[in-house]
Amino acid sequence: MIYKVISKSEFRKFIDALVRQNTSFGPRQVDRNTADEPIYQFMPVSSVDDIEFDYTLTTSSAKHFFLPFRDQLSRFSFQNSDFEQHVAYEADPVVLIGLRPCDISALNILDDVLLNGRYPSPYYLAKRKNTFVIGMDHLPLPDCFCKSLAHHTVSTGFNLFCSDIGEKYYLSINSSKAFTYLEEFQTEEPSCEDNCLMTRRRKLISESFRTEVDVTSLPSILDIEFESPVWDKWGAKCLNCGTCAMVCPTCYCYSVDEHFDIDLKGASRNRQLYSCNLVDFAVVAGGHNFRPKNGDRLKYRYYHQHRGFAENANQQICVGCNRCGRACLTGINPKAVINDLRMEKESCMTCVSPSPDRT
Amino acid sequence: MNQQGMHFEKLKIASFDFTCCEGCQLQLANNESSLPAFFELLDVHAFREISSEKHDDYDIALVEGSISRSDEIDRLLAIRKQAKILVAFGTCACFGGVNSLKNRIPIEESVVEVYGELQVETLPVRKISDIVQVDISIPGCPVAKEEVERIVVSLVTGSKVNLPKYPVCVECKQQINTCLFDLGEICLGSITRAGCSAVCTSGKTPCLGCRGPAEDINFPAFMEMVRERGLSESDLREKLDFHNAFETYRNDET
Repeated sequence: MIYKVISKSEFRKFIDALVRQNTSFGPRQVDRNTADEPIYQFMPVSSVDDIEFDYTLTTSSAKHFFLPFRDQLSRFSFQNSDFEQHVAYEADPVVLIGLRPCDISALNILDDVLLNGRYPSPYYLAKRKNTFVIGMDHLPLPDCFCKSLAHHTVSTGFNLFCSDIGEKYYLSINSSKAFTYLEEFQTEEPSCEDNCLMTRRRKLISESFRTEVDVTSLPSILDIEFESPVWDKWGAKCLNCGTCAMVCPTCYCYSVDEHFDIDLKGASRNRQLYSCNLVDFAVVAGGHNFRPKNGDRLKYRYYHQHRGFAENANQQICVGCNRCGRACLTGINPKAVINDLRMEKESCMTCVSPSPDRT
Repeated sequence: MNQQGMHFEKLKIASFDFTCCEGCQLQLANNESSLPAFFELLDVHAFREISSEKHDDYDIALVEGSISRSDEIDRLLAIRKQAKILVAFGTCACFGGVNSLKNRIPIEESVVEVYGELQVETLPVRKISDIVQVDISIPGCPVAKEEVERIVVSLVTGSKVNLPKYPVCVECKQQINTCLFDLGEICLGSITRAGCSAVCTSGKTPCLGCRGPAEDINFPAFMEMVRERGLSESDLREKLDFHNAFETYRNDET
């Protein structure tokens, strides 16, 4: 990693040049909610003025730039009784500006799932390699809990990361591409003062968290609480709408279907991001549904997020952005569900009779 | 039609309209780019909006509209007798649709309101499945042409006809829309069957549930959520009743 500082005005010039020459997306205000708070999303930007550098957090994550909600995996063309399959992994270069540390951590987790496993996804790889990621730090929202999962900072998975130290941005340069681009702009080695400001900024962010979720031992707690009434309680609220998984930066489960073209001369195989909360996610051939109840489906989302992957790859998939919690219409959120599970365990301990004294 | 060593027969199809605006049938003539290929799959035996040809030996009947007169019942029974597959086509056919608003006031009053002196015989509005057995339902106000195309291809190739089981929220979130509840609106997207590409909510118009309930919806949780937000009870009722698509759930309410 190479560190530089850049004045905010020079930074704007740099971003403007980048944005004008590339297909770029950055945070923009799309609406204001009923409390008159701005709502942000990653949207196309064509100049630096389009970008809200001081945004809070986007409602939807940046996942779909790497894992499109709907994607054509292959095309088939028919000739007589034979067919040809066409697969294309091309991805146009894209610049993504303003990802938060949790968003970048989410990409690193997706890398683990989709690139570092036994069957790497060429579709994902093409998009990941062709996307220039610029991260930016921020002060947490009251309900952000990424610190609980140690995702409030990030040290890999981006090309450039920018920390706001007042008059300047403190840049962490993590790719030769970013280094080369920046050479045309005026940057400086961080001074002792810049380093102090950077340390202070880090401390401020770390101390600003107001939500903490104790995720330690969660895989084990989830195992113990498999039959917990907590799942029925929260399941009764679940609308099975899949919103949580759609806005989540790491939910990657999908469904695949194949369709004939309307002229019957070809076909396509398509992938759609799905959610374990959707009613037919666990329906198998013959029509049996392994998870017919709301609570069962909700439970499996938490199991995948906090247990399954943690056992296999020693990390939970959740990055603590709380997008799912904010987007859920009925108020289901990781903090409440996880705390409920912990309480369940701890309250049950009070009723256990003490072990007999050893003699 | 031969493809992949298989022979596909064209569908002998007929389209009929009952109490409706015929907007769903009009959708069949939509999507110009795929129109020639679409009609390649069909052998149209009766369809007054696109052809003057008329034959009674069809296999598939698309039935649009709801039933609101006694002569419509006789006509529908005759269609059922002929058709191997009867499709309830559009929201009016599937649920009664907007026409069902009529059922909220006494029939005598509605006749006078609409026809004044020139009163006609009329019945409370019913959906197609109240009268005859329906084999396939394609909801929508109007139906989505892309979905109709997919279903026609499935019927021609003998594959399974599927509608999405999940609600509109999935498609809405996939388009990065702002949730209309965040803007203070009541939206039926979380309980309504997807397949419309969230066309209304993408235009910031709340979902009115024209595609009917998604599979296994959590209606009580939805009602409680709307009430907890302190949103207008009358607006909620208006929306739920708009297409008459949540009748079953509304009747279950205490």
